[in-house]
Amino acid sequence: MKNSSEIAEKWLQGARQSADWVGVRFIREKTSSRTVRNDLPERNQSFIDEGAMVEVMADGHLGYAATADLSAEGLQRAFERALRTTRAAARHKAFAFSPAVRPKAAGHYRSPRRLPLDQASLAEITDVLTAATAAMKISGRIVNRSANAMLVSTESRFLSSNGSDVRQDFDMVLLNIMATAVDGRETQTRSSGGLNSLGNQIGAEIFNRDDFRRDGERLGREAEELLRADNCPEERTDVIIMPDQMMLQIHESIGHPLELDRILGDERNYAGWSFVKPEDFGNLRYGSALMNVTFDPGRHGQLASYAFDDSGHAATREFLIKDGLLLRGLGSLESQERAGLPGVANFRSSSWNRAPIDRMANINLEPGAFTLEEMIASVEKGVLMTSNRSWSIDDERNKFQFGCEHARLIEDGRLTKTLKNPNYRGLTVDFWNRLTAVGSADLVGTYGTAYCGKGEPNQAIRVGHASPPCLFRGVEIFGGAS
Amino acid sequence: MNRAGFMTWLKDHFQRLSDDLLSGLPAGEDVVLNLEAEDSLFLRFNANRVRQNTEVEQIVLSLRLQKDGRSTQISRTLSGRFERDRDLGLALLREAREEIRALPADPHLVPLKNHGTSNAEFPGQLPEAAALVESVAATAAGSDLAGIFASGAVVSANRNSRGQNHWFASESFSLDYSLYDGRKAAKGLHAGPRWSEVEWKSNLDRTREQLLVLRRPVVAVKPGRYRSYLAPAAVSEILFTLSWGALSASAWKQGQSPFRKFADGEKTFSPKLHLRENFGLGLAPAFNGFGEVAPTVVNLIEGGERRELLTSSRSAKEFGLSSNAAGDGEAPRSPEILPGRLEEKNALKELGTGLYLSNLHYLNWSDPASARLTGMTRYACCWVENGEIVGPIKDLRFDESLYDAFGPKLIDLTTHAEIDPDVMTYGARQLGGRRVPGMLIDDWTFTL
Ligand SMILES: [Zn+2]
Repeated sequence: MKNSSEIAEKWLQGARQSADWVGVRFIREKTSSRTVRNDLPERNQSFIDEGAMVEVMADGHLGYAATADLSAEGLQRAFERALRTTRAAARHKAFAFSPAVRPKAAGHYRSPRRLPLDQASLAEITDVLTAATAAMKISGRIVNRSANAMLVSTESRFLSSNGSDVRQDFDMVLLNIMATAVDGRETQTRSSGGLNSLGNQIGAEIFNRDDFRRDGERLGREAEELLRADNCPEERTDVIIMPDQMMLQIHESIGHPLELDRILGDERNYAGWSFVKPEDFGNLRYGSALMNVTFDPGRHGQLASYAFDDSGHAATREFLIKDGLLLRGLGSLESQERAGLPGVANFRSSSWNRAPIDRMANINLEPGAFTLEEMIASVEKGVLMTSNRSWSIDDERNKFQFGCEHARLIEDGRLTKTLKNPNYRGLTVDFWNRLTAVGSADLVGTYGTAYCGKGEPNQAIRVGHASPPCLFRGVEIFGGAS
Repeated sequence: MNRAGFMTWLKDHFQRLSDDLLSGLPAGEDVVLNLEAEDSLFLRFNANRVRQNTEVEQIVLSLRLQKDGRSTQISRTLSGRFERDRDLGLALLREAREEIRALPADPHLVPLKNHGTSNAEFPGQLPEAAALVESVAATAAGSDLAGIFASGAVVSANRNSRGQNHWFASESFSLDYSLYDGRKAAKGLHAGPRWSEVEWKSNLDRTREQLLVLRRPVVAVKPGRYRSYLAPAAVSEILFTLSWGALSASAWKQGQSPFRKFADGEKTFSPKLHLRENFGLGLAPAFNGFGEVAPTVVNLIEGGERRELLTSSRSAKEFGLSSNAAGDGEAPRSPEILPGRLEEKNALKELGTGLYLSNLHYLNWSDPASARLTGMTRYACCWVENGEIVGPIKDLRFDESLYDAFGPKLIDLTTHAEIDPDVMTYGARQLGGRRVPGMLIDDWTFTL
């Protein structure tokens, strides 16, 4: 990485003569995926993804060419290719951008961590994951026990002809730990934090054997318990949603519809449009007065914490929704110029081989004042749902249906029996206006996923979501086939 | 890289590189190499204007080492320069040896064998990027078009230390787009090996005609049960969701299959339903990441009854099954649903009164135990009365068990089946696709 950026600095001096603006973004990312199943090594895979994206601006249009040949000749070839196509495309450009969409940026970011990620050896990781699967084996009904850790180390550097120089280095760990129980015709799975939802910026300190063993034992027990549970009833009732499902609710029904590139129509052919219109900012009562949502890339250790986005825009915390009122969209400098609306530093690419687009980063629901006990006590009849397992929403982000792994019935202000196959559905703005209580700061759970899919060409990106448990009144819930 | 020479150059590069990596292995070490590469142009359109143009040249080499009953796989991007790439390849081998030393034994590991040699190349005719921008945008002038044009070479190759050597390379383009009239939209897809402006224009004209129908007033349709005709693109969307474990032997054995009751023999589908893998479609290589070659046809569902589940050699070893050379995730790679007896031109007449669904969106299992699937309608979906389109609907959510929809509720499938090429580009342009007919289904359940 160091070597190639020296080459690039020299190469940039020449390239800047031929285009209005030139930038280059180097990425070297190592992802190691370690899986143990039924106490045996199932899969060990690593991927070193290393390359550079050359960006050029010509006639107000920005275009891109990616190469993994990081020699001066390789960069020059990518640059010439980008310039040729960008000039041709500029005759049909979607918008004439000003140079302000690529501000001069300089700085450095590094993920918070106590121990560097490479200090966790493969033998240690395998041992810790095996401790989790072994602990799940509480009976012969637990037919499948798996634990996966994905370790990601990213080094990135961004240089540009207007003097930008940004270095950002990330260490991340994502976990997928799950137990499946079978008894006759019934099958139930319990996972840690729901499907693909447990991820943070953290170092090797995460691999604590006792934590993994305890988690494994709990998942085994809860999977067994679900085998004997009643189906979630079908009715309109009060629902408390725990942080590992709030994450998905925030992601699908706040994050995506607020992306300005969706509102501007870029995503209409793939991820979809949005029910939110430009005139809704400053006017739409998105939810009840208890609803406060932030774009917060500065929050410590979340999956999408960073200091600059891929355009060099310095990242700051902003309220998207305050006291229930929609204020701001998720739009990069480019989208802000196009829409004439305020935005955030969210121009992000999945790797060196994709152009940046408007993305979520950390989108968080700010805590309120309630304890979990107070929320439960305020419910005469309802359910408490935990851990996402199914998600679907329409292309304007309005009609959603989500399913969880586990639920508890609430009767007369007390948690009673366990329920299986809990699902709920609703309409986005109606649903958020049913928000009646928001848990306090000590109840906030921090989750994240590596698989937010969007963009043409497609990109899967990492996002973080922190939320306390929340209470919603009068939600349509239902179960599975009995 | 020079676009015209990419496939030829890469073949030579890979053969030399793999010769060097595979030749010096000591006894007891086995290696399988996979190469995935592309030289791609992406043009992203919004309102018939270019939002972003991106060109990507990438080559990824994966090295899997098997030794002492253990295995590990390390992949990385290559530079395209021979000396550098040979050093990178040797570094992968060194790292893999280190990892093997740290791992416990893997009882389900399948020893590598020579699974033969194959060579398939499908050259195309693709104009330069600058010419394509003009060709796409000028033809669509006056339409509000959003979408993605992708083109170039995609390569998948495999060699191992036992002598097997597979090469699959194809040049193609796809223009995955939709046209808008206010909030209403119709979907189009134009794909093939050779770009022709004339064919593009006729494809576009068909989509424009569909959009015209959507100008009629919106018909309010309440949640309920409706007889529904699913056009091939909508059926393709459902078939795609079967990639997530439904047809996988290991998912079944691990309690993760939404088709568990079908696999157990407790449930069947309609006798009209036939589903198979068919590599004869030529959309994807028949070899998997181990270089094992799948039979040209693998019957999965025949007359609604269970035939084979997709089974990798690893699953076969673990669960005592026989392998059909499925890939690592045991997802279908080239599936097709066989046609039925409904003439496409009679589809609306046979539908009578109900819903015409051009596309579906965002499908997910809502109750895996009963194979219940939820999702949304999207694009040109209309209310039909007495065989005539009345007007477009507002999108509806369905929630329905496939044991019902593809079971007693399945009235018929169309005589014509269409190829729906895979246009996914996560990480890289994908190979593959599906062949599907339309389907007429009674009492399809809509909930929201
Ligand atoms: Zn997403």
